[in-house]
Amino acid sequence: MSRIYEAVIGLEVHIELKTGTKIFCACPTDFGAEPNTQCCPVCAGLPGTLPMLNEKVVEYAVKAGLATNCEIARYARFDRKNYFYPDLPKAYQISQYDMPLCERGHILIATGDGEKRIGITRIHIEEDAAKLVHDDRYGTLIDLNRAGIPLIEVVSEPDMRSAAEAVAYLKKLRSIVLYAGISDAKMNEGSMRCDVNISVRVAGEDKLGTRIEIKNLNSFVSVQRAVEYEFRRQVAALEAGESLIQETRRFEPSTGRTFSMRVKEDADDYRYFPEPDIPPIILDNAAIKRISASIPPLPDERRRTYMEKFGLSAYHSEQLVLERSVSDFFDAAAALTEHRQILASFILSEVLRYMGEGDAISVSPAQIAAIADMLGSSRINGSGAKKLLGALWDTEGDPAELISALDLEQLSDRAALAELAKRTIAQHPNMVRDYKIGKQSALKALMGRAMSISGGKANPEILRELIVLELEGQ
Amino acid sequence: MIAITDMTALELSRALEAREISSTEITRAYLDRIDVKNGEIGAYLTVTYDEALKSASLSDSRRARGEALSAMDGVPVGIKDNICTKGVATTCASLMLKDYVPPYSATVIEKLESSGAVILGKLNMDEFAMGSSTENSALGKTRNPVDTSRVPGGSSGGSAAAVAARMAPYALGSDTGGSVRQPASFCGVVGLKPTYGRVSRYGVVAFASSLDQIGPITRDVRDCAAALQLISGFDGRDSVCSREEPPDFSGCLGLGIEGMKIALPEQFLVEAVAPDVRSSVLHAAEICEKLGARVDVVSMPSLENALPTYFIISSAEASSNLARFDGIGYGSSAPGIDSVDELYRKTRSMYFGPEVKRRIMLGTFVLSSGYYDAYYKKAVRVRTLIMREFNSFFERYDIVMTPTTPDTAWRFGERKSPMAVYLGDVCTVPANIAGIPAISIPCGADAGGLPIGLQLFAKAYNECGLLRAACALEDEFGGSGE
Repeated sequence: MSRIYEAVIGLEVHIELKTGTKIFCACPTDFGAEPNTQCCPVCAGLPGTLPMLNEKVVEYAVKAGLATNCEIARYARFDRKNYFYPDLPKAYQISQYDMPLCERGHILIATGDGEKRIGITRIHIEEDAAKLVHDDRYGTLIDLNRAGIPLIEVVSEPDMRSAAEAVAYLKKLRSIVLYAGISDAKMNEGSMRCDVNISVRVAGEDKLGTRIEIKNLNSFVSVQRAVEYEFRRQVAALEAGESLIQETRRFEPSTGRTFSMRVKEDADDYRYFPEPDIPPIILDNAAIKRISASIPPLPDERRRTYMEKFGLSAYHSEQLVLERSVSDFFDAAAALTEHRQILASFILSEVLRYMGEGDAISVSPAQIAAIADMLGSSRINGSGAKKLLGALWDTEGDPAELISALDLEQLSDRAALAELAKRTIAQHPNMVRDYKIGKQSALKALMGRAMSISGGKANPEILRELIVLELEGQ
Repeated sequence: MIAITDMTALELSRALEAREISSTEITRAYLDRIDVKNGEIGAYLTVTYDEALKSASLSDSRRARGEALSAMDGVPVGIKDNICTKGVATTCASLMLKDYVPPYSATVIEKLESSGAVILGKLNMDEFAMGSSTENSALGKTRNPVDTSRVPGGSSGGSAAAVAARMAPYALGSDTGGSVRQPASFCGVVGLKPTYGRVSRYGVVAFASSLDQIGPITRDVRDCAAALQLISGFDGRDSVCSREEPPDFSGCLGLGIEGMKIALPEQFLVEAVAPDVRSSVLHAAEICEKLGARVDVVSMPSLENALPTYFIISSAEASSNLARFDGIGYGSSAPGIDSVDELYRKTRSMYFGPEVKRRIMLGTFVLSSGYYDAYYKKAVRVRTLIMREFNSFFERYDIVMTPTTPDTAWRFGERKSPMAVYLGDVCTVPANIAGIPAISIPCGADAGGLPIGLQLFAKAYNECGLLRAACALEDEFGGSGE
């Protein structure tokens, strides 16, 4: 490759709001219900029906805006986006066009070069369409359960330069809406969906390349792979002297490639106009203040607390705040122990390993805080702590009792450990030989044997010191 | 003795309360009358014989137990066929909805039912309420009872003809640009378009959402007040429906118009208005003065822009509202189709009539990118100017008075050009554009004996003042347009 290229990436993310009922009627929004059991004449767009705005939707969308540092409009309105498609019962989608609720925000993401600010162009409210289900016997069927589920669309500035940044942005956005409590944001269930706009240009140039849109990506991995593939494809095309056309593409996870869906030669004319059936949204400062006060501390704020108050590393702090449930758990446990760094490390390495994705943490903050205390005071070592966690999972057990019952107490007695070191060395003359000729792995091997003999209970720091002492003394 | 079908709704109500008559007798009388007259007049598309008699019988039982739901319990009513009635076909007089039976009832239907009204059936109209003569109905022809060689007006032609032909004591219509008032005027009855927001629109098949309003067509102003009472009030299913508690409309009547200030815009006294119509309106103005009101001839220049403004806004909204008729979820669907685009094209080509297609095309055009600013956006601005002008007039005047239509009912097929028909809406559309209430009452007849309508406007939510003035004039004209 003769020139260095960079990707210019912007994301449009649709997020379902968990308002309990739909945006324009009182139908429930539960995921996974039998088709067409959560719908009514309004969802079906029957002649004569009218939308009644669910005020919670506005509140949640304002929360999203505030949580992403947006300016909140004092006057916003709905518009009709007109187009024909079988999943759109009224043949128009009620959305927001030129007067969105939130504009000009940003969020911060962590990159290899430190923190980076990604601009949010706008956040607007709209209704979801019905779901088309393709059936071999009956052809295409329509499930109206999804029609009228409230969505926000979050449009970013084209501020991302790599797949990693796009994924970091998406993860951060997801984490923010989870913290704000406005969505489940489950990509696998479609409550968070992502369209990627990507173009490439020679690094350092100001002019943007031809923009390609990749529709409906439903996992972080797909976003990563689609962006990486599309970047390579576009660079290869430019290198081959081809010109790119503005188009919409689809990502196929089985092949890892993107395919053209339609060319945007003649831009769609959606004939937007103000929705006459819904009065404008009017917000005053008091309403915005009230909504703002109801937002719990967001990840960036918690991350700063972890670093500044608890002295955690930037990495640990970032990892802890990715999921609100984890951060909440950490906060609850951190209030019960002084050993916060040990606590953070133990939660991130051991507790999270124990739970699968989406599962709950099945131990209490008090139990984990007790383990952190034992680790901090050397009553137990890492291996014992792991065993203890396994024994506590899904039980109400008391760690202090279990530690004796399971005989997990750390062995720190110098005389006993010295005896252990001697015995181990005597049994493995070949390892001693390796150590003498400078093989560092030999020490590790000897440690392993000795720990194993102690049933994992030996204090590793003291044991190591005594083994080295014994080896050097020979 | 006066025939049952010649009695007004309030006369029937009083007779019911005095136990002089039963709802079943009234309902039978109307069903018999419909059997005799509907062949000739064509007002009804559907007559709900069984349901009506059942409702009447239930009403009689309630009354016998002393549990009447309202004064109007047991009084029959006819419904325009664009107002959804659960379990009863609601066709909008279109092939598109020829067999459509809604699974829910409009709010006004629920309100009528909860006050004990007996629904006689569904009334003919211009397809999707687009037209001024009911000639655009795809499902039948309605004749003007005053002269059956002439149109009844429209789009609520069936509603006006039914009331005029004594086939219903009163009826509901819908008014987007004059569709209640103009046919009332042509048939010699009373028609009211309430303030936008006074009556819930939930369940009326939308034509132009920012203009549509359901209104009563009655034999006289007193019935009109009583009917408005039944249907008005807040509804949690229509976001633009007002929370304002409706006053006692009947209680506003009988106070005369002494001291009222009435404006007579010169824009509607020009040559385009037929001489007989003009002189009837001027005669009405003289009566007002005689009754102690002050009448000023004024100039309201913005009214000259009302008609184009109306056609742009109403067509734009209609093009969006009628897009849902795509052959998929409900309604007619073109047969033998193998692609969804073909389904849309064929369904809409086959089942929409020419006037509906014309408005959809016009509306699609004015919303298209590149034309939006020149047409739709400008029309919205002009709408604001018209509203402002009305508001400023209502600071000085209680009522603005005009003819309802520039001319009287025309013969079938006489007005072939759509433009000629559109121009006939010039006096009525300003009320829809401004969202204000307006009423048409009979004020005489032309040389050929055809009814002439007088139109009164009042400021938003002042139906009381409007009905009061209309009632005073009606008393002076001598009653129910006979």
